[in-house]
Amino acid sequence: MSIGNLPFVVAALLVVLGIYTFLFKRNLIKLVIGISLVETGVNLFLVTLGYRTHAIAPIYTFAPKAERMVLPTPQALTLTSIVIGLATTALLLSFAVFIYRHYGTLDAGKIKELRG
Amino acid sequence: MTALINHAPVLLIAIPLLGAFAVPLIGKLGRGARNTFVGLISLITAALAGLLAATVFGHAGAPSLYVMGGSQGFSLPLPSGLSVPIRIIFEPDGMSAFMALITALITLTGAFFSFSYWRERSGGTLFYSLFMLLTAGIFGMELTGDMFNFFVFLEITSISACGLIGFRVWLKHSQEAGFKVMALYTLSGLFVLLAIGLLYGQYGGLNIAYLASTLTGSTIDIVALGLLLVGLALKAGAVPLHMWAPDAYGEAPAPMSAVLVANSQASLYGLFRILFTLFGLTVSVATLGWILIVLALLTIFVGVTMALIQSDIKRLIAYSAVSQIGYMLLGVGVGLAVSVAKPDFGFVAMQGGIFHMLNDAACIGLLFFASGVIIRATGTRDLNQMGGLAHSMKWTSILFIIGAFALAGVPPFNGFASKFLIYEAAFKLSPFLAVVAILSSILLLAVFVKIFQAAFLGPRREALMSEVPIGMMIPMVALALVVIVFGLFPGFFVDKIVTPAANALWYGRDAYIGLVLGGG
Repeated sequence: MSIGNLPFVVAALLVVLGIYTFLFKRNLIKLVIGISLVETGVNLFLVTLGYRTHAIAPIYTFAPKAERMVLPTPQALTLTSIVIGLATTALLLSFAVFIYRHYGTLDAGKIKELRG
Repeated sequence: MTALINHAPVLLIAIPLLGAFAVPLIGKLGRGARNTFVGLISLITAALAGLLAATVFGHAGAPSLYVMGGSQGFSLPLPSGLSVPIRIIFEPDGMSAFMALITALITLTGAFFSFSYWRERSGGTLFYSLFMLLTAGIFGMELTGDMFNFFVFLEITSISACGLIGFRVWLKHSQEAGFKVMALYTLSGLFVLLAIGLLYGQYGGLNIAYLASTLTGSTIDIVALGLLLVGLALKAGAVPLHMWAPDAYGEAPAPMSAVLVANSQASLYGLFRILFTLFGLTVSVATLGWILIVLALLTIFVGVTMALIQSDIKRLIAYSAVSQIGYMLLGVGVGLAVSVAKPDFGFVAMQGGIFHMLNDAACIGLLFFASGVIIRATGTRDLNQMGGLAHSMKWTSILFIIGAFALAGVPPFNGFASKFLIYEAAFKLSPFLAVVAILSSILLLAVFVKIFQAAFLGPRREALMSEVPIGMMIPMVALALVVIVFGLFPGFFVDKIVTPAANALWYGRDAYIGLVLGGG
């Protein structure tokens, strides 16, 4: 059974949901979750670009002959992007921890000493 | 020597990267060893950038190819009989070499300034490690010929820049700034990645030259272009996406604020590369040019007016740095708007915008360094609590005046040379643009009169640091010399380095593509 364009729709939904969260939520942890959602959406989009129906993973060792393989490049890109995403999420969360220590709150509406 | 020249593009990235990860080890040997090592790495990197620039400008800014992964040996044969080389390329041309020079200037002076500036007992190793990582990332963005590599280097600069803003976890405001900047940088990076995915999905390639040769300007291309424009304009700090910039420049340690400006300029370079080389005339360049011009006018005006009302010295300089990004966008935007017919004044506008990148880096660097000196001397960043510094710090006040006049575009300093080119060309497109640009420059002068009056003039206050340590003075004098020399002989530098850089964007698209794909 083919899944058609469903992954693209899901990727778009994830990105939109993430941007919505980023724009309209005030809790810093939720902002990080929003960014993470956008990132997941983009990663899903990349993987989907390389997907072929009824294809196998692009590993030559022990691969059956004459099988279709999915494209390896988008997978490499996604892997890189996941690693970068890990670093940024960790950095953001550690900033959130220190902000909580200094300000005693995670409410973005109350953390605005840098304004104007 | 030949090998060094041939491998300069990759060494420019490899050496700071090596430095970044070796600094924590060398730091165990003590402060002196660490500073010597960082100084050495910075010197080597700057020398390599100079070598690369000399080579590229020796060939009048023509692009050259640096191949990783073998151009001939390791190829993928296709069923059609063609074989595609599996490789990753760097493609430095006039514009890349020009940007590499700017980065080298700022990172070298920044490193040497930091040796005297960073007096805290701890944190220094972390500071230099992140600084070298940022340097490697900026060079990578400027030299790469591959979209995905560009994204990776962009993220390297984002993460290390936010590390530099927020690594002093004991400072309350730096944490707030760090979070805000990281969140927006990540979002901008994801926009860029999404755009790269869209382009890859259509054309099956990531190489800039290959993509440029196959782009058709379809709706999806335009969506990708929009995403790239938003992502990179955000990273460059153009209004209305500038809200992170004053926090970032304001909260980072003073020498790193200058390097962060160089980082923003690298994103601007990425934007120009994408507009001129990747998309070229496949999309409606007049519309795009006007979008850039509107962004530019907003950036100039909002940057300057926000600078006027600040009372924190670093935030004030940060807002003026934002406004200067607008002048670069204005110059290149005017060039892009008329790039179908390619009239003379379009090229002049490009020259002005590109020349202003170098000039801005030098004088903003000087101002941030001077602000660092002032903060060290007075222990405060609040302009209302300063005063009378000119009594004890004569040289700093003179250097500050030079930087401020240059930034406001007063002759005979370098800011005047590039701004004059921009005014002249913008006036030919529409007088309104030139009027806004000139008025904002005058306002900027008022801003600096305010700082000068608040910080340097007035009665002598309590016993302050008598004069600046020599280690902080030399980098400032070096930048001031750049400001003055470029202001006195603008014609020479425009001919030698700015024109090839502008040529590379304005006419160089076919050469850029032809070098990778052959023919053309």
